[in-house]
Amino acid sequence: MFSALSDKLQTVFDNLGRKGHLTEADVDVAMRELRMALLEADVSYGVVKDIAARVRARAVGAEVLRSLTPAQQVVTIVHDALVDILGKSAPLDIGRGDPPVILMAGLQGSGKTTTAAKLALMLRKKGKRPLLVACDTRRPAAVEQLAALGRQLDLAVYSEGTAPAPPDIAARSLEHARHNAHDVVIVDTSGRLQIDEALMDELVEIARRVQPTETLLVADAMTGQEAVNVAQAFHARLALTGLVLTKVDGDARGGAALSIRAVTGVPIKFLGAGEKANALEPFEPERLAGRILGMGDIQTLLERAQSTIDEDEAARLEKKLRKGTVDLQDFLGQLQQIQRMGPIQEILGLIPGFGKLTKQLPVDLDPRDLKRVEAIILSMTPQERRKPKILNASRKRRIASGSGTRVQDVNQLLQQFDQMQRMLKQFSGGRLPRGLPWS
Amino acid sequence: MFKRLFGRGETPDSPGARAQIEQSLGKTRTGLMGRLAEVFGPVDIDDDTWDALEAQLIRSDVGAQAAADIVAELREKARLAGVRRASELPDVLHRVMARALAAAAPPAADGAPAGDPPRPYVILVAGVNGSGKTTSIAKLAHQHVRDGRAVVLVAADTFRAAAIDQLKLWGERIGVPVIAGQPGGDPGAVVFDALNSHAARSADVVIVDTAGRLHTQANLMAELVKVRNVVARVMPDAPHATLLVLDATTGQNGLAQAKAFTAAVNVTGLILAKLDSTAKGGVAFAVVRELGVPIAYVGTGEQAADLAPFDAAAYVDGVLGRVG
Ligand SMILES: Nc1nc2c(ncn2[C@@H]2O[C@H](COP(=O)(O)OP(=O)(O)OP(=O)(O)O)[C@@H](O)[C@H]2O)c(=O)[nH]1
Ligand SMILES: Nc1nc2c(ncn2[C@@H]2O[C@H](COP(=O)(O)OP(=O)(O)OP(=O)(O)O)[C@@H](O)[C@H]2O)c(=O)[nH]1
Ligand SMILES: [Mg+2]
Ligand SMILES: [Mg+2]
Repeated sequence: MFSALSDKLQTVFDNLGRKGHLTEADVDVAMRELRMALLEADVSYGVVKDIAARVRARAVGAEVLRSLTPAQQVVTIVHDALVDILGKSAPLDIGRGDPPVILMAGLQGSGKTTTAAKLALMLRKKGKRPLLVACDTRRPAAVEQLAALGRQLDLAVYSEGTAPAPPDIAARSLEHARHNAHDVVIVDTSGRLQIDEALMDELVEIARRVQPTETLLVADAMTGQEAVNVAQAFHARLALTGLVLTKVDGDARGGAALSIRAVTGVPIKFLGAGEKANALEPFEPERLAGRILGMGDIQTLLERAQSTIDEDEAARLEKKLRKGTVDLQDFLGQLQQIQRMGPIQEILGLIPGFGKLTKQLPVDLDPRDLKRVEAIILSMTPQERRKPKILNASRKRRIASGSGTRVQDVNQLLQQFDQMQRMLKQFSGGRLPRGLPWS
Repeated sequence: MFKRLFGRGETPDSPGARAQIEQSLGKTRTGLMGRLAEVFGPVDIDDDTWDALEAQLIRSDVGAQAAADIVAELREKARLAGVRRASELPDVLHRVMARALAAAAPPAADGAPAGDPPRPYVILVAGVNGSGKTTSIAKLAHQHVRDGRAVVLVAADTFRAAAIDQLKLWGERIGVPVIAGQPGGDPGAVVFDALNSHAARSADVVIVDTAGRLHTQANLMAELVKVRNVVARVMPDAPHATLLVLDATTGQNGLAQAKAFTAAVNVTGLILAKLDSTAKGGVAFAVVRELGVPIAYVGTGEQAADLAPFDAAAYVDGVLGRVG
């Protein structure tokens, strides 16, 4: 278990300096750190209190496993508690209804329209004939947005412009769906605040007219403390059947989803992980729990790494890492693999312990920088790659001209490499996840 | 910002603006008051008082660490000032926070030149997906039009479906020309052409809408930097303001957003959108405190008129859950 939380707890327990089982005093100190970590992840204040109480009860007196430090032990208990609360993923219920209807609801700008299109695409891939229905008559060009997505993805869209009342449009769309053999209907609605009674009434009326089998709350992963009030209000009026957490491709920890689930009991069904229509992911409680705890998305990383990284090469590198004998040749190899894996920041963010570090990276780190680094290393002799220390001014000039860069660039790279080596030393000593690049 | 610049816009403490903010915040106050009566009632200060205060700040999305810092600071102040009654604390806290907002963000911090504003005055607007950029731009344009200025909008979100149509519809509604390219086109090229057009060159204010992007997406952030560079190339002192639109319902991620956008394009002010929601937008306080970037405007609804200049007192009232 590696996380910002476990690092903090480690310090706490180091100070206490004892082992065996967890005493009440240990746990109390740990609980303060836990509360801070969860609040930092936007878990709602009330829910944080509940979780802390729950974890406390489980942790006091718990046996510390021989393979774990007390800090890791507490994090394990916390992680398990979060996984419990998050619950299992639930499948989309579109087995009944004539046709079955999925109703999208949520605050302004949360991602309803985009998610509607993503769901339609996913269902079509499963052999369905979905119909998208444009019931947002309020936001300028909302109908055009859905229509444009329909054109891009070759999906059927039903719209009546912006004049008719949304409940009427929704009701008539069912007729249209039946006539055109659509076997699932997805209704996009305007964003609305849960305190806007007129608009909440409108949504209830839409639901009454189309009798959805799924009513999905679409919530932004960046949402803060109000998530609970929002979800409770939507749930009270609409009897939600599922939650979609969008924009998880960013670095928001997504504590809102935990709060919503804890308070409403509504299952999380999907995660939105990008603006493109195929960026819809299934919900997995372990992953989300890890993310909320800042543990890095180990699973995702492993999967992605496996498809690109040569196992033997990784094992060889890991050995070198532990010995602290990585050289520029290895660095180059890693760079090349990383370039195949995807945007560097995204990858680093997935590596436990690197989440924070990513934020310190220059924002404009882009593939061209990697290319430049690659060119510089390729202009070095094998000996220089193994022993960068021998690089004097004249060698650097040669390398710079050979790679079409400036001596500053060469120096910068050497500095970065040096930094990386120092960082790696911190991470070595049994705390490296196996089979991952550099970490 | 423009109030000083043009000497005309509505001042934050003008009755209209204040009433507007208060109305949008007021909806949520009643519930909180009950809770706060316990906090601020006529009892002596004890640990529970401080905890309740910290909890209120956290519930307003100020952030756990920032809330702890603020309460620690307040404790010290209260001790020094000999504050005895819990009921006096909110006023002290209110002053501390309002002063922090003013100190971190002096009126000139948006970098706008004094005296005659340059013509055209170019505003670049950026932010994460769905935060409220396009709508805020329409509102801002509406305000300038109302104040008698010629405005041109530039649709540089060529990515999101119907983003151009959305801005064009707003342009029609508020009577402002919109310069756009093709969907899927290069935003830098759109901005280049637009700023070189006669319409833009003869306008008082030009506002550039950009696509929503998460601050972690290196390539999209690089694209934004490029757009900004294009603006600067065509008009050497521009952009004269770079506004980051932050959704008031955003939690702690708002700070990471502000840091990354500021690092990339030197944000000069915030627009805190959707403050008519039940969220208090407390993360903006953390942003001002840490980055010194001022809050320029708040969004209070979905209509063109729903924009108000930032009013620190009303905002802090909201964060503290108080009636103004
Ligand atoms: N990065 C990212 N962006 C997303 C995701 N889902 C939606 N978006 C973007 O978020 C913005 C808002 O999405 P919409 O689908 O228009 O949101 P909405 O809820 O329909 O908005 P309203 O109808 O105005 O209430 C757009 O820029 C989308 O491209 C996601 O999972 N990741
Ligand atoms: N209640 C409320 N809604 C707002 C406010 N500002 C914007 N909105 C709504 O939020 C949603 C998103 O607004 P947009 O202006 O499209 O957001 P954007 O940042 O341009 O979105 P992208 O371009 O997709 O990234 C729309 O439904 C707006 O009507 C506000 O101050 N209050
Ligand atoms: Mg929509
Ligand atoms: Mg927009």
